[in-house]
Amino acid sequence: MNIHEYQAKELLKSYGVRIQEGIVADSPETSLKAAKKLNAETGTSWYVIKAQIHAGGRGKGKVKETGSNGVVLAKSLEEVSEKAKNILGGTLVTIQTGEEGKKVNKILIAQDVYYPGASEPKEYYLSILLDRAKGCNVIMASTEGGMDIEEVAEKTPEKIIKEWVDPKVGLQGFQARKVAFKLGLEGNAFKEMVKFINSLYNAYIGSDASQFEINPVLKTSDDKILAVDAKVNIDDNALYRHKDLAELRDLAEEDPLEVEAAKSDLNYVKLDGNVGCMVNGAGLAMATMDMIKLSGGEPANFLDVGGGANATTVEAGFRIILQDPNVKAILINVFGGIVRCDRIANGVVEAYKSIGDIPVPIIVRLQGTNAEEGAKIIDESGLKVSSAITLAEAAAKVKEAIS
Amino acid sequence: MSVLVNKDSKVIVQGFTGSEGSFHAQQMIEYGTNVVGGVTPGKGGSTHLEKPVFNSVEEAVEKTGANTSIIFVPPAFAADAIMEAADAGIKVIIAITEGIPVADMMKAKPYIKERGATLVGPNCPGVITPGEAKVGIMPGFVFKPGRVGIVSKSGTLTYEAADQIAKAGLGVSTAIGIGGDPIIGSSTKDAVKLLMEDPETDAIVMIGEIGGNYEADAAKWIRENGNKKPVVGFIAGQTAPPGRRMGHAGAIIGGADDTAAAKMRIMAENGIHVAESPAEIGAVMARVLGVDA
Repeated sequence: MNIHEYQAKELLKSYGVRIQEGIVADSPETSLKAAKKLNAETGTSWYVIKAQIHAGGRGKGKVKETGSNGVVLAKSLEEVSEKAKNILGGTLVTIQTGEEGKKVNKILIAQDVYYPGASEPKEYYLSILLDRAKGCNVIMASTEGGMDIEEVAEKTPEKIIKEWVDPKVGLQGFQARKVAFKLGLEGNAFKEMVKFINSLYNAYIGSDASQFEINPVLKTSDDKILAVDAKVNIDDNALYRHKDLAELRDLAEEDPLEVEAAKSDLNYVKLDGNVGCMVNGAGLAMATMDMIKLSGGEPANFLDVGGGANATTVEAGFRIILQDPNVKAILINVFGGIVRCDRIANGVVEAYKSIGDIPVPIIVRLQGTNAEEGAKIIDESGLKVSSAITLAEAAAKVKEAIS
Repeated sequence: MSVLVNKDSKVIVQGFTGSEGSFHAQQMIEYGTNVVGGVTPGKGGSTHLEKPVFNSVEEAVEKTGANTSIIFVPPAFAADAIMEAADAGIKVIIAITEGIPVADMMKAKPYIKERGATLVGPNCPGVITPGEAKVGIMPGFVFKPGRVGIVSKSGTLTYEAADQIAKAGLGVSTAIGIGGDPIIGSSTKDAVKLLMEDPETDAIVMIGEIGGNYEADAAKWIRENGNKKPVVGFIAGQTAPPGRRMGHAGAIIGGADDTAAAKMRIMAENGIHVAESPAEIGAVMARVLGVDA
């Protein structure tokens, strides 16, 4: 589960990680109030206004309606309300949102941390994530802060520092020191970075996170180390023991169809194609999508109905797929093991009748327990549904339906 | 003798009296698996499905000589159950449970390794040696006895492959569902190694999906070991968009090397026969082994 930058920073701060201070706002009025409060608390007289959406590339991204960037600097209180207006309620398009963009409901008014001083401010990169192959967490750091880390990894892999954490003992002091030394820090900035890394790791473990990305981490001109941005991803499987974090979920950031599917215990991911599909099992669902592509179509979605598929889940699945106007055909692919194919077939017929006329061709492929009986039920239903038994047969019928 | 499970396996079921555990234990018993009892803390001393129930795995091992365990315990307690099994001396632990927090598995995995146990899963369909033992949730009848081993991250896609293999006139020695989570006990390579060394396996089907580098590691190992047996590979998720989790917690494209296309290329480069379509797994295997499908 992703959370917003302002939520992520609050989480980090609660673990003693120094952050760029800020106050969230949802209108030009509250933005102005937030800026005044921030001025009183931190003394900042410049303000950074940051759109709060679950996507990266906000700084370079543009608000469709006004042309404003997703992150802007305001050099006075007057500018805060004016510039907030150009972002709030707008649709921000970034490299990660796709052309349709994302609506900005909230902005973060943050302090200016790039103030001049004894030394030059410098940006770093720091992340914590799971190394699946090693089965442990890894801290990644780089002196190339503010840059896209994939690009750094590709062009200058020697600039990426990695430190693996033994799950039995957790992060050790020497490891945090190693990272800070390798980043070239000394004096107070070094001490601050060690503390920063330790607190950050505690926050990661304490929140059952699956990824932290702090880019940039800033060394200020007075040698403080702080998080200017924060991307935090929490392990969905662990949310049951973090009720406070589970509440941070922002449904407005998620596809409404995916939210609706989740209510019926369906696992749905919307895609851009023209053939909808409904499958039992995640691996078979992905394989079915691939097969649709090989048949000349494009999958309109990923939809796993799980092991206990029945008439109710099939109907819920149908309704969700049919809300996608791009769908020109639907393929249902169920391998009946414990679930019997005749029951699925009855479910399809019932769901079809309950919805009424479905305007697109439907291909139902049932294999496994009672596959023949299932096919018979579909064929004799009198509905515009055709059956298939082998996967190859289903592929041929999909091809026919969309050509 | 196949691998991991066979007719001599003495199996206990952890989470025996719960609804999932009961249902699948019954199915396993009907299949002919030697289920010697189950564990549900607090229900020790009772009988369930005509088998004894124990309070702890230690007690179950002591009284029944069990060497294999299958776990249906809910996610919040599953890592604990896995460690309990290893601590009691169980050698093969098969964890079906879906939704275990990553942080829990991170601790459980090294724990069981130190105790010399093999973990399959979690979030997997289990292991079946057709005609001998089914220690999992797969529909047993789909798997015909034979000499093709299957290693797969996915449940229903494993059944699909087994079905195609049967339709090609072949059968399965052992099918191992390794699971779709980010941290699992046995990797693709671990499972492939077992089948490569098994005298009753002539060829292997390796089914993967997007995310992680297990399939690439296995492919490289197969090549380094001289491609001793033919391997047919398939990767699900050629059409999956990057950065989105596709059902399985581990099925998310994170970098250039864990896309389906990259994995298929690496497999082909290492001498694996790649099936482009999931509908062709059986046919490709039949062709490789020179049998008429």
